[in-house]
Amino acid sequence: MDFLLWVRGPGFDIALVIFLIGILIRLLEVLILGRKPDYSEPRGAELGAGLRTVLIRTLPEQGSFKRSPFTVVGGYVWHIGFFITLFLFVPHIELINAMIGLSWPGIASNLIDAVAAVTIVTLLAMLFSRLSHPVKRFLSGPEDYLTWLVTFLPMLTGYLAYHRMIDPYPLVLGLHILSEELLMVVFPFTKLMHAFTFIFARWYNGAMAGRRGVQS
Amino acid sequence: MSEATIERGLNLFREQMNAPIASFFSSCVNCGMCAEACLFYTETGDPKYTPINKLEPFRRVWEQEYTLWGKLKSLLGMSKPVTDELLEEWEPLIYDACTLCGRCSMVCPVGNDISYMIRHAREGFVAAGYAPEGIKGASRRAITIGSPMGVKYPALAAQIKHIEADTGLTIPVDVEGVDYMALLSSMEIMNFPEYMEALARIFKQAGVTWTISSEAFEATNSGIQIGSSDIARELVNRVVVAADKLKVKYVISPECGHAYTAIRWEGPNLIGRPYNFKVVHILELLDELRASGRLKTEGMEDDRLTFHDPCQIVRKGGVLEPPSNLLNMVASNFVDMQDPREMNCCCGGGGGVSAPMSEPNRYVSRYLNARNPN
Repeated sequence: MDFLLWVRGPGFDIALVIFLIGILIRLLEVLILGRKPDYSEPRGAELGAGLRTVLIRTLPEQGSFKRSPFTVVGGYVWHIGFFITLFLFVPHIELINAMIGLSWPGIASNLIDAVAAVTIVTLLAMLFSRLSHPVKRFLSGPEDYLTWLVTFLPMLTGYLAYHRMIDPYPLVLGLHILSEELLMVVFPFTKLMHAFTFIFARWYNGAMAGRRGVQS
Repeated sequence: MSEATIERGLNLFREQMNAPIASFFSSCVNCGMCAEACLFYTETGDPKYTPINKLEPFRRVWEQEYTLWGKLKSLLGMSKPVTDELLEEWEPLIYDACTLCGRCSMVCPVGNDISYMIRHAREGFVAAGYAPEGIKGASRRAITIGSPMGVKYPALAAQIKHIEADTGLTIPVDVEGVDYMALLSSMEIMNFPEYMEALARIFKQAGVTWTISSEAFEATNSGIQIGSSDIARELVNRVVVAADKLKVKYVISPECGHAYTAIRWEGPNLIGRPYNFKVVHILELLDELRASGRLKTEGMEDDRLTFHDPCQIVRKGGVLEPPSNLLNMVASNFVDMQDPREMNCCCGGGGGVSAPMSEPNRYVSRYLNARNPN
């Protein structure tokens, strides 16, 4: 019980502070670098093109879909599954409500259960792909496997906790919360930051191309 | 060029660092999708040609010096340094295995503009002394002689004399106050002088006033190819000085794609101010003349034909429609290629691609053979 109390109390607070301050530092690190003024005569406007790229890059370019179907589909499935389990599982919503007073309707827990199962299987398949695809294996280093692990553990422990597959229940619930705290602590220091910086990346890409009259 | 050292290289990497590059490196999750957009990977199947991998030395500088975690890792001695050996190992990847075509920048799911980063990373490589000999020589010739192929004005003057004698047309040189100043690439002067003849013919019919400058006729910019802003600035500046001296309203960039990138998009930033004139690509100008009815043609080509969009002019230059508009004017059966315009595949590159490469690239030839078996 002490373990559960700690991960729910001080453990969570520590992780949350590291998560929030870490993200803030990382975003500032990027943005304070700024960029030099562009004196070339623009052919198109940066703003609209940049915002469009932020949105349309969510859909894969046709050729990429044909060339890397597994990466594209697997990427969609586990990202969406992860967000559904994180934000639409009623106990999670209650936790967020208790913290910041915001609430929204969740979905049935047996549906969450199915989504979680699909997400877990997809994450395992993504790991298999990373280990077996020549390009992904070549590019991947310890950070890629660490980020996979800290993303996978909350899904796995959550699934085990929901199905009471480990006794006693407070232990598995504590492990679930601890794994999620691990994710929050690792997040700002790794490429998990892409969850925020992709917006800047897409915007800069789109804006710089838009200036030249091309929608990227 | 001052003496190349690893310290200068590292400093240049630092000078290039900006918010776009930091957000690109922060966002890469090694999904590997850029590999499939790159001709060097698709033709070899070798993962080292994955576009983002070509940036590893630059990425290390970013991680170690521009991220909190990287700084901590460096303090603890946990990071891999950027050394002469590393840059030497990566030189063939960043020069010989990238045409700066920018196709990878169109497919990255997090939006990384990888070719933009390669362009900037080359600054560090050249400052550290790791650039192919051929392009170093071309850059030296461009600075000292005025042209990467060593073409001096008397050679151009001789070609002009020939054309004028053969055709009875006039090729204006150093005429002040005209609207347009035309630039040429070395290839056009030496191998395709018919370009000048065509300009003279069309501009005469369309009533365009133009000139060539005897002081700045070379459009090729080896500085852009090698990735050295110092050289690129010097070459752009020659054009700017000549255009201002002749008080022209427009400078015409010729066919050469990298020349267009250099004079149209990078030039004002290299000299640190907007121009007093506008830059147009010859295709844009011809399309403008077409649209205003000043360009008239006779007859039609009936064979089925297509146009291979050049990366630097189309995807990276934004001249999207003029080529097909012009071709539709003279061809009854013009069809787009597969993946036209901004998603085009690199043709393997013109001078701007082959010039920086240390040797004729067998991957490019293999790629071309695979795409064009006949």
